[in-house]
Amino acid sequence: MKRAQLIAGVVLVGVVVLATVVSLFWMPFDPLRVVPGQRLLPPGPVHWLGTDGFGIDIFSRLLLGARSVLLVGIISVGLAAVVGIPLGMLAGQAGGWIDDVVMRLSDVVYALPALLLAILLASVFGASTVTAMVSIGVATIPAFARVARAGTLQVMAADYVLAARASGTSWWGVAWRHVAPNIAPVLGVQASVGFAMAILAEAALSYLGLATPRPNPTWGNMLRDAQDYIFVAPLQAVWPGLAIAMAVLGFNLLGDGLRDYLDPRLREVP
Amino acid sequence: MQLAGRILTRLGVFAISLVGASVLIFVITHALPGDVAQTLLGDQATPEAVAQLRAELGLDRPLVVQYLDWFGHVLTGDFGVSHLSGDAVVSLLLPRLAVTMWLVGFSMIGSLLLAIPAGMLAALKRRSWQGIVVSATAQLGMAIPVFWGGILAVMVFAVWLRWLPANGYVPLTQNPGSWAAHLVMPVVTLSVVQAAVLIRYVRAAFVEVLNEDYYRTARSVGWTPMRALLRHGLRNASISLVTVLGLQVSSVLVGAIVVESVFNLPGLGSLLLTAVSQRDLLVVQGTVMFLVLAVLVISAVVDFSYLLIDPRQRAAREAR
Repeated sequence: MKRAQLIAGVVLVGVVVLATVVSLFWMPFDPLRVVPGQRLLPPGPVHWLGTDGFGIDIFSRLLLGARSVLLVGIISVGLAAVVGIPLGMLAGQAGGWIDDVVMRLSDVVYALPALLLAILLASVFGASTVTAMVSIGVATIPAFARVARAGTLQVMAADYVLAARASGTSWWGVAWRHVAPNIAPVLGVQASVGFAMAILAEAALSYLGLATPRPNPTWGNMLRDAQDYIFVAPLQAVWPGLAIAMAVLGFNLLGDGLRDYLDPRLREVP
Repeated sequence: MQLAGRILTRLGVFAISLVGASVLIFVITHALPGDVAQTLLGDQATPEAVAQLRAELGLDRPLVVQYLDWFGHVLTGDFGVSHLSGDAVVSLLLPRLAVTMWLVGFSMIGSLLLAIPAGMLAALKRRSWQGIVVSATAQLGMAIPVFWGGILAVMVFAVWLRWLPANGYVPLTQNPGSWAAHLVMPVVTLSVVQAAVLIRYVRAAFVEVLNEDYYRTARSVGWTPMRALLRHGLRNASISLVTVLGLQVSSVLVGAIVVESVFNLPGLGSLLLTAVSQRDLLVVQGTVMFLVLAVLVISAVVDFSYLLIDPRQRAAREAR
């Protein structure tokens, strides 16, 4: 059962990665060129998923959209990890007032969800892929900081850390040789779940017009466009949504699967 | 720790978060390279016009003074003035607040009504197919973006079955029937998506109850699992659920902003998005500050109620 979750997660995530790689080499039609004579075609042998209100092949746009899913996910989760993990480790190792300051800062950021940050950034700089990545990334920092801190506290209480400290290992040595390897698995799980959240957030932002602007397709802004034709071509509003749900489900399952796989205590006896 | 001490600590966290968030909001709108006056007037504005607006808005003062002035006004309920229309942000907020409050309030209740029975079932039957079905459904529900859920609902109930209006809003005072008809789909959409997230926590809380001695005792004197859970479990699980609910406030609010956009509801979300598209910075700044304040106040109230509800906290107070 648990094994099946992990496999399903790997397969679904694999589909998104594959779509991105394929889009780099091949797309059935130009995903940006407007073809007025071919508007709102139903799915068929030529246009597998039909065409949208501009006469553009939906399948090609989905392929291109997969790129921005991975791009936004990697950059925003990367940003959150690069800032959040060292802060969390610092808080956990140092304790005292440093811990308090880091945790209060994380409370502050937590009070500003990604959507509100994106709205602020978009009104100052104009909506773009970058404002979306930054707002999702910044809003995800507290999650990484908390997970890293909790893991670090656990490691610091272990006897081998006491032994290492007693034998003169520096703080850096402890962080690098003992804390980092031990908290890496939970951080991997957090990265996978964070990726799923980032995909959902990016989709919502681009649906609201707060991320990648047209004509570049994202699964979110495709849904916004499809909504205009919901009475005449409802199927259009199905494909991008399915793609988002599949990608999010994939990363969530991967995260859950990894958690159970890495923690033998949670493994179910068959 | 004593109750009073806990309340003071929580108030301190509230104050720090409020000040910190307000600084963050202010810094993003002011200190970043995009100058407020320039943004408001657009790229074609003459330097003289920009300079005049800067003086008018007090942007030529030191940033710290500007921040203190702004935050002082926020504390007295003044969230700024729209540069485009000249209206106070509060006068733009208040008429729209009701729409968002109906949506958020009903959705929180709706998500609990869905998540508690489903989570209890998932906990009780966790080793049989019913439990697995509930957990798998929740997993699927968590993957569905709330706006896509709304679009699918429109497809089924407005386009196909024609039971409900596809979008729009009618105030309660104008026509209660129509008001309800316009709110049903947005509320159900947000409740279902939110419930999918909550089910996990409910399940975990009840699984914990199932391992407690009092539950085993109740079962061993012949109570059915359902009766034991309802009589003992619900109250004990509710303590951890209240905490989760406090954390959920901001995600429901964010969800509401998105759902308002799907169903074209004239709430705070549409105010924000219109202001963003018009680059009406001061309205964005004021509205975001208002929403953050609301989230912080609600989560603080939830935490206080938790401190007061939990009998163990009361006992600590009386024992003093």
